Amino acid sequence: MMFSLSFNAQWVLLSTLILGMAAGIMGCFAYWKRQSLMSDALSHAALPGVVVGFALMGTKSLPVMIAGAAASALLGALLIQWIRSSSRVKEDAAMGIVLSVFFGLGIMLLTIVNRMPGGNQSGLDSFIFGQAASMVRKDVYIMAGVALLVLLISIIGFKEWKLFLFDPGFARGLGLSSRWMNSIYMAVLVLIIVIGIQAVGVILMSALLIIPAVSARYWTNSFLWMVVLSGLFGGGAGMVGTYISTLGKGWPTGPFIVLAASSLFLVSLAFGVRKGLLVVYLQQRAQKKIHVQSMSHAQATERGR
Amino acid sequence: MMPVLTVRELSASYRKNQVLNNVQFNIKPGTMTSIVGPNGAGKSTLLKVILELHPKLSGNVSFFGSTYNKSKSRIGYVPQRGSVDWDFPTNALDVVLMGLYGQIGWFKWPKKSDKEKALAALSQMGMADFADRQISQLSGGQQQRVFLARALVQDADLYFLDEPLAGVDAATERAIMDTLKVLKEKGRTVMVVHHDLQTVEDYFDHVLMLNRTVVAHGATKETFTKENIYRTYGGTLRWMGEKLG
Repeated sequence: MMFSLSFNAQWVLLSTLILGMAAGIMGCFAYWKRQSLMSDALSHAALPGVVVGFALMGTKSLPVMIAGAAASALLGALLIQWIRSSSRVKEDAAMGIVLSVFFGLGIMLLTIVNRMPGGNQSGLDSFIFGQAASMVRKDVYIMAGVALLVLLISIIGFKEWKLFLFDPGFARGLGLSSRWMNSIYMAVLVLIIVIGIQAVGVILMSALLIIPAVSARYWTNSFLWMVVLSGLFGGGAGMVGTYISTLGKGWPTGPFIVLAASSLFLVSLAFGVRKGLLVVYLQQRAQKKIHVQSMSHAQATERGR
Repeated sequence: MMPVLTVRELSASYRKNQVLNNVQFNIKPGTMTSIVGPNGAGKSTLLKVILELHPKLSGNVSFFGSTYNKSKSRIGYVPQRGSVDWDFPTNALDVVLMGLYGQIGWFKWPKKSDKEKALAALSQMGMADFADRQISQLSGGQQQRVFLARALVQDADLYFLDEPLAGVDAATERAIMDTLKVLKEKGRTVMVVHHDLQTVEDYFDHVLMLNRTVVAHGATKETFTKENIYRTYGGTLRWMGEKLG
């Protein structure tokens, strides 16, 4: 099937594969930092930056829009931190506030820009649900390049990530600065989100970070394998979703990626070897059987007496 | 002899409440000190401030006559068991290996010899059979022993333990105390946040009695007196006074 695709489409598929892998791995880190929802807040918070980036240049220049997205996502992250530390509002509520305010602001700016002359041809709408097919060669290179960088950062520092996620206090004692690790973590998370939004969209980008990680949890008890599986699931979902979206004209990519990822999740939930529903059911049935047998055995010996 | 730890005029707070006020003491090498005091006396906070895990308001802490940053590799820390998520997908051996990460070097993978070291520490804690066990499937006492094994492989000169005996079984308590005694015999210094007043005299040669500030500090025999206990715990200890009576 890949053979029938154009050269550009093959590149798009390859880059969403790498993007999905990097997102799956980062999603695993976010999962153990108990910050899955943070990725959702950050991707929504990126929208105003994308639109402002476009308005400043007057044309769709990916590097500027990525920079804008990163700036507004980081601003969102700082705001969440500030609200949490300086008011009685808890982190989940702070994320809810930032997510909706930034997204609302983004949609408002988008409406204004779309009314400007030439604005409605901008294709800015594709940043909401994602449109991998609309990416040009240069966009694809940028996305694949940054995703590879993220992949590299997570592989080189794998041991350090593991220690930092499991026991940050102990990590500090060994000389692994939490401030540095937190900054790198946040930078990499924002990076993967902002390069992903053109292909997947701001609304659904977080799905590519969250769903592969929770799916992988059902298959393994090893952190290494959870990260590897999460990467594979993310890459698979990214590629399959993108492929389906290229089949129709103007189909958004994000929803298909989410559908692909959710199918993987449903399979994991049902058949996963670590506390998957089927395994749990079979274990409980086996336990019950043993229990009933020992009961009837006890009754039989009782009667025999 | 030069103290391994010097704390001068240390104060710290949690938001509005000042938990530590002008704390001051020296710890001599080769001693085993228990830190006791009522709930909210600032015992855990003291450890966290000393180890720069919690900011101080004022004061000074020095290790081996030097700063914390320069002494990190000589300091071992066993946090409270509840401070980490035991559902994290890893096994006992892997957790112990983390104690060696500093020696292995950043961005390098553990070698076979590192794994052997970790396994030896697990055996010392009577946990050799559980090396491959998921940490979520260990009992509370076993988890505590894994934490202690992780501190052992660090081969530190000064150890801080935060309530290592809280809620553990008798076998674990014995294993931990035996290990601490071995450390002491090797000339290492141990500081333990402790909650069980009845075992202070049996387990520790020194005691630091804390209630936001140091009430008494010294050799257990002279310091751990009824009078000092009352001064530390105040009215909260009426029932314990009877017990110790």
